[in-house]
Amino acid sequence: MGVSILFFSAVAVFAVWWLSKHRLASKPWLEQGTASEFPGAGVSQTPVAKVGLTVLLASLAALFALFISAYVMRMQFADWRPVAKPTLLWVNTGVLMLSSAALQRARVAAEHDDEREIRAYLVAAGSTALAFLIGQIVAWQQLVALGYALASNPANAFFYLITGLHGLHVVGGLVALGWVMWRRSRAERPDVRLGLALCGMYWDFLLLIWLVLFGLLLLT
Amino acid sequence: MGDVLIGRGDAIPPAEVVDVELYHPHSWITKYVFSQDAKVIALQYSLTALAIGLVALVLSWLMRLQLGFPGVFSFIDPSQYLQYITMHGMIMVIYLLTALFLGGFGNYLIPLMVGARDMVFPYVNMLSYWVYLLAVLVLVASFFVPGGPTGAGWTLYPPQAILPGTPGHEWGIILMLVSLIIFIIGFTMGGLNYVVTVLQARTRGMTLMRMPLTVWGIFTATVLALLAFPALFVACVMMLFDRVLGTSFFIPALVSMGEQLKYGGGSPILFQHLFWFFGHPEVYIVALPAFGIVSDLIATHARRNIFGYRMMVWAIVAIGALSFVVWAHHMYVSGMNPWFGFFFATTTLVIAVPTAIKVYNWVLTLWRGDIHLTVPMLFALAFIVTFVNGGLTGLFLGNVVVDVPLSDTMFVVAHFHMVMGVAPILVIFGAIYHWYPKITGRMWNEALAKFHFWITFLGAYAIFFPMHYLGLLGMPRRYHDIGQTSFIPESAHTLNAFISIVALIVGVAQMVFLFNMFWSLRHGRKADGNPWRATTLEWQTPETPPGHGNWGKELPVVYRWAYDYNVPGADQDFIPQNQPPTPRPA
Repeated sequence: MGVSILFFSAVAVFAVWWLSKHRLASKPWLEQGTASEFPGAGVSQTPVAKVGLTVLLASLAALFALFISAYVMRMQFADWRPVAKPTLLWVNTGVLMLSSAALQRARVAAEHDDEREIRAYLVAAGSTALAFLIGQIVAWQQLVALGYALASNPANAFFYLITGLHGLHVVGGLVALGWVMWRRSRAERPDVRLGLALCGMYWDFLLLIWLVLFGLLLLT
Repeated sequence: MGDVLIGRGDAIPPAEVVDVELYHPHSWITKYVFSQDAKVIALQYSLTALAIGLVALVLSWLMRLQLGFPGVFSFIDPSQYLQYITMHGMIMVIYLLTALFLGGFGNYLIPLMVGARDMVFPYVNMLSYWVYLLAVLVLVASFFVPGGPTGAGWTLYPPQAILPGTPGHEWGIILMLVSLIIFIIGFTMGGLNYVVTVLQARTRGMTLMRMPLTVWGIFTATVLALLAFPALFVACVMMLFDRVLGTSFFIPALVSMGEQLKYGGGSPILFQHLFWFFGHPEVYIVALPAFGIVSDLIATHARRNIFGYRMMVWAIVAIGALSFVVWAHHMYVSGMNPWFGFFFATTTLVIAVPTAIKVYNWVLTLWRGDIHLTVPMLFALAFIVTFVNGGLTGLFLGNVVVDVPLSDTMFVVAHFHMVMGVAPILVIFGAIYHWYPKITGRMWNEALAKFHFWITFLGAYAIFFPMHYLGLLGMPRRYHDIGQTSFIPESAHTLNAFISIVALIVGVAQMVFLFNMFWSLRHGRKADGNPWRATTLEWQTPETPPGHGNWGKELPVVYRWAYDYNVPGADQDFIPQNQPPTPRPA
């Protein structure tokens, strides 16, 4: 449970820090008035959607942390036979990084309203993410061809399960990105900066999770 | 009170909100079926949860019939008995308590109490309910598949959960796991709303420390749920893989029915860790909203400010944090390193500290209060007694040496029913009676409500008190039929019959509650906007029941905390949160 304990401790530290900024030691029964002058008394200026996504990512991070904990605990049993690491996974990692970078560029382009550049980078980000997914499926097929069947060893089962779940989250991200692009195509000069920022956050999160998962796979 | 005046104390003009911000329903369907109004979603959640709760009630009757009169009801065979146990437990914990407290009360109360127009993501909120309904339907479907629902016990421990010999191992367990996965997805959608609405949609002046404890309880419970449900999700997905795809995450090598199964090497203990990493926070996911709600009921109906508000908030947060480090006290009998047992016993007992602080503060709020024995207050008082009772037996079971012999007896059944069955349900009833006038604009019939209270309260004690004694005698839980054993005297069987008869009576009394709720919709006395003369914002809405958007053109502005009851020198015995302070004479 080491990984999970680390993750949940981090959440706890964040929670304590956040609460400490909100006058948790004040004596509300003695205070009247609108309280608007007090720092930390009101709501933050961050867009609601961004806070929402952050909370969602925290929940997803808990999910992956628990999967990794389960992985590490199951690994210690005698029947564990490490899965092969196809070279393709390195390529996929690079492609996912490119995708994240493209989305980052799209955000920069949106800052100075460069329509052509935004579209180019969005298409690049979407297609690289799609390429990552296809690459993962091909990697699965390579492993199956090498005889690493899902049910034959827990290492294989974990590999397919965790990469599958990660892939599903990439699919979800693609849907969100598609929605942003659809909104752009409908309005005359839409403000997609928030949408792009959210997609960017999500992409970076998925890249981070992938790097952790890939690192775990390489080490074991 | 009012020694410190923040700002100059004069009223600032409230923020007007443009009309288009809200999604307005255009037809009956979008108003009542696919509604994005948190209040309608709350009612959908609540009614669905109560409906599936009735199924759980009937299952408990069937169990009690078998336990009280073994052999009389021949249609209840051992497999069915196990299925009743499993489905009763799962429905009550997940599909009723979690859904009702967070989906029901959370949706209704959070926006109103923090002065928001609605949840921050109304569309996602609507989806959350429909996904929850789907989860319930998948669960119900498992009653109709070949082999029936799973009988693995609500903890679904592998390997037995998916092996032949356990009822429902063909289809029931698959539907159970799928239903839980769907539930978690739906809950996450709702949970995002509850958390972010508290974070970002509080009205002006509503600081964190001015929020009613109900909001604190629901907020903290939702944070716990968003972090703990992933553990159940992981466990369910992996078990589903084991069952459907033949992987061996949890299933060791074993011989079943004389055949060597293709499984091998898996770890059942791994499942237990994942399950209880969710399972113990789940207790507080149910309890924290109950703590919050009961604090508000007590303050309002005893006309006193809550004693130690700050301590109450800190205790909620502390309990929430501690609930993540006690999970393995559910696994003492699975065997563990004594040092771990020592650690988890310590953390378990430490939770008693913040919990006891809460109990003291409730009692001290009542002390010298102007106690009105209204129906919500009766339920709140009953909760305190019941919770203390269940909590004390929890101290017994938190110790490894006491837990091990008692673990598989009726003592544990009595303990967890008292502390997380009866106690939260008493709060649910109290809360429904408390907010019913706001939700419907009518009062319920008081005589029927009191009848319902006394039967439920005394009945629950008649059912679960003797169970402690049965457990100490060594009567095992989960047994279909005890039969004749030397250590269980004849009187224990008589006691079992008595418990069963009371359980039937208490069950019937719940029909009185349902009747009262529906009858009063039409025939109840008209309620005014604030029948309890309460301070919190939901009672200050311009309309009762509140319309879509909750507030009129302007959002309320909050000037004070939520518990200004019987303030010396004030005109009334309560000052609403949105009443500006009177400027001090210069």
